[in-house]
Amino acid sequence: MSVALTCKNIEVDFDGFKAVAGVDLELARGEVHFLIGPNGAGKTTLVDAITGLAKYSGSVVKDGEELRGKKVHHIARKGIGRTFQTATVFENLTVAQNLDIAAGAGRSPWTLLRRRRHLPQIVVDTMERIGLKDQAETPAGVLAHGQKQWLEIGMLLVGDADVLLLDEPIAGMGHDERETTGLLLHDIAADRAVAVVEHDMDFMRAFASRVTVLHAGAVLASGSVDDVSGDARVQEVYLGTATKEAADAATA
Amino acid sequence: MDLLVGQLFTGLSTGSILLLAALGLSLTFGQMGVINMAHGEFIMAGCYTAYVVQQVVGDAGASLLIALPIGFLVGGVMGLVLEALLIRRLYHRPLDTLLVTFGVGLILQQVARDVFGAPAVNVSVPEALRGGVDLLGVTVPKTRLFIMALAIVAVTAVTLVLRFTPAGRRIRAVVGNRDLAETAGISSRTVDAGTFFIGSGLAGVAGVALTLIGSTSPTTGQSYLVDAFLVVVAGGLGRIKGAVVAAVALGALQAVFETYSTASLAKVGVFIVIVVFLQLRPQGLFTLRTRSLA
Amino acid sequence: MFKFFGTRAGTWTGFAAAALVLFGLAPLVMTGFRLGLLAQFLCYAIVAVGIGLAWGRGGMLTLGQGVFFGMGAYLMAMHLKMADAEFRNGPGAVPDFMELAGIRELPAYWTPFSSAGFTIAAILILPTAFAVLLGLAVFKRRVKGAYFAILSQALAGAFAILLIGQQSLGGFNGLSRFRYFFGYNLDDPVNQQMLYFIVAGVLLVVVAVSLQLRRSRYGELLVAVRDAEERVRFLGYDAANVKVVAYAVAALFASIAGAVFVPIVGIISPASIGIVPSIMFILGVAIGGRASLVGPVVGALAVAWAQTALSEQFPSAWTYAQGLLFILVIALLPGGIASIASVAKRFQTKRTPVEAAA
Repeated sequence: MSVALTCKNIEVDFDGFKAVAGVDLELARGEVHFLIGPNGAGKTTLVDAITGLAKYSGSVVKDGEELRGKKVHHIARKGIGRTFQTATVFENLTVAQNLDIAAGAGRSPWTLLRRRRHLPQIVVDTMERIGLKDQAETPAGVLAHGQKQWLEIGMLLVGDADVLLLDEPIAGMGHDERETTGLLLHDIAADRAVAVVEHDMDFMRAFASRVTVLHAGAVLASGSVDDVSGDARVQEVYLGTATKEAADAATA
Repeated sequence: MDLLVGQLFTGLSTGSILLLAALGLSLTFGQMGVINMAHGEFIMAGCYTAYVVQQVVGDAGASLLIALPIGFLVGGVMGLVLEALLIRRLYHRPLDTLLVTFGVGLILQQVARDVFGAPAVNVSVPEALRGGVDLLGVTVPKTRLFIMALAIVAVTAVTLVLRFTPAGRRIRAVVGNRDLAETAGISSRTVDAGTFFIGSGLAGVAGVALTLIGSTSPTTGQSYLVDAFLVVVAGGLGRIKGAVVAAVALGALQAVFETYSTASLAKVGVFIVIVVFLQLRPQGLFTLRTRSLA
Repeated sequence: MFKFFGTRAGTWTGFAAAALVLFGLAPLVMTGFRLGLLAQFLCYAIVAVGIGLAWGRGGMLTLGQGVFFGMGAYLMAMHLKMADAEFRNGPGAVPDFMELAGIRELPAYWTPFSSAGFTIAAILILPTAFAVLLGLAVFKRRVKGAYFAILSQALAGAFAILLIGQQSLGGFNGLSRFRYFFGYNLDDPVNQQMLYFIVAGVLLVVVAVSLQLRRSRYGELLVAVRDAEERVRFLGYDAANVKVVAYAVAALFASIAGAVFVPIVGIISPASIGIVPSIMFILGVAIGGRASLVGPVVGALAVAWAQTALSEQFPSAWTYAQGLLFILVIALLPGGIASIASVAKRFQTKRTPVEAAA
């Protein structure tokens, strides 16, 4: 299990507010690594920083190469893929077209200017893998909510990303869909590093290989599910939140 | 020294005209993201309001004072109607709003042509504002000083309203987070209509003031519109402060370019400066929604 | 029926039918005067095809196509004026309008336009290169949507004002009264018909290029950028480059249209390329259907025809009609005429999102 991505001392500053304040993070191939924490802990901002959307100080190294300061599309070409809280797919294009575009970031202008004769094999295989083989010619806009999220993950797979940063991939999914997604995550993590930003604790307990807890922009704890569950500070943060929520609910 | 003061003044004066035309836009476009191409025609409506009031009242000084609030109402009501009939239905289609309101502008221009005729009309300047004042060795027309003062009053009023009145707080809340404001019990519909009323009313006021320095024709508003939009673009989204700085800067720039070349090259020069400026500071000119890109 | 035109055979049939109408039917049933008008309208249609690509497929509402149209037109007009002057007074002669304006010396930048080859190269390259530069400057910094629309409009305004100030380009009056087109007398009806055939041919080529771009992988990518630009970036593409290509192609089409417009209409002036004419190009595209291939052509022809038929008799009513068309078509039928079929279908099934509404 090799380390794919190393983040050191990441700091993101929004006009004086430190959304991420000195986070170290290692993502290893073969692991499904969960990033959890209360709202505003800096999870999504951390993903934004790694993928080049948010400016930060510190360092992000993938396979020996520093990524800080590179443009968004250059970082993506280095094999770092991400999804968004709201599944973002090309709604007017078919599932096959979505995947074909995602597979083609390295295409030459000549290839681009010609018509697509056949779908690349990897697109066909991926449609099978994400369970959308029968929807190949369906516009992505009419897919069910969960299917869109699978399609978005599929788009990262065909694009040859080997570090996947998934922002709430099971939001809005039913129980069966969650199971399928969890298994899919482990399947694709066999030779890739997968990081999952998630709020759902049951899902985390079922599928996490490793967990990092963020709180107020910093790493609170990191380790296996059991390590983290037993950590006193984590309990405090979550129980504290829970107690407050309960209090809020009582007064409401 | 005189040349410098002269230029400085011309810049400030052009800037304050731009600012008057752009202030309403910076509310409707900057704060609400609505591109109202008929804003120029609201300015034009303000100009004709001044003309009509003067026909009725006769005395130039009294008619100016009466026309300013009436111009505000005329522009504001037109904006309110436009918002209710069209813009409200198109909030998620900003580019389509642009084209639809351009169509509205075309119609308003033609209405003005049919009612007042295509040739330009003139509004006479009050006695008190004729002639000039000597300032640091240059003669400054009083009308321009009046427009500067009016621009300052308008900016101050808008800032105070936004900052210290309940209505202003509602506007800022809806701009900041529409959904959250809704859950806090603020009707974003009412706020949008109110914002549009004020923004369009300011266009009417600008129109009344512009009759002091030029004649009025059905296309008067259109000629100010593009420059006004550039002010808002350069100033940044939803920033009254930005609009003020940008208006004065663009006005000064135009004045300097015009001194050293021609008025036509000055327009091109200003355009180039804005494109270059966007290279340095695109921030504030686009919004990034990191959590959802849909 | 619509499916058929998506196939290869359908494409050829469509082009053959269009060619038959343009090259066979139209010259047969139309007088020389009407054919000249149609030729002029076809120029607008060529611009519209480019706008359909940039706006309909690429989401870039370019309100400044008059700039590129004007560049092509002025470049061609300069050559025609030079050729006329040389024909009358020998090499290095000053065009007639300069004599009237009291310009004795030929300005240096006019000199190369005595060459036909240079002129054609300039028509093809200059506007395109300008569009690439401007597009890179704007799109690389992620200036888009309304901001881009406003900048493009400001550009049209600045360009028209710049031209008005240039006495050596005819100033406010522009350039007019051309006698010869690459040696052919423009008063000769045969040559006028030849011009019509040229512009009809150009239109077919432009539509073919646009079709290829739309059906290619690039075309799919362009739609992807239109709908979710950031998503495309996160897949490893430089979305700005994708947009620049469509913008530059649209500029090239507009420039070519301007270049053939000049010998057909006989005049080009700042009044026909400024802010208002530029936005009027949009109207036809919107009516026909911004995202469709043939829609912009049909829309542009319809608007130009209506303008000619109505604007002189009922100038006031025509302006109201234009304004209403902008409002009604864009607010109620954003996909234009081309979308009527799919809108009807949507009413039945209520499933597929209408692409053009995006």
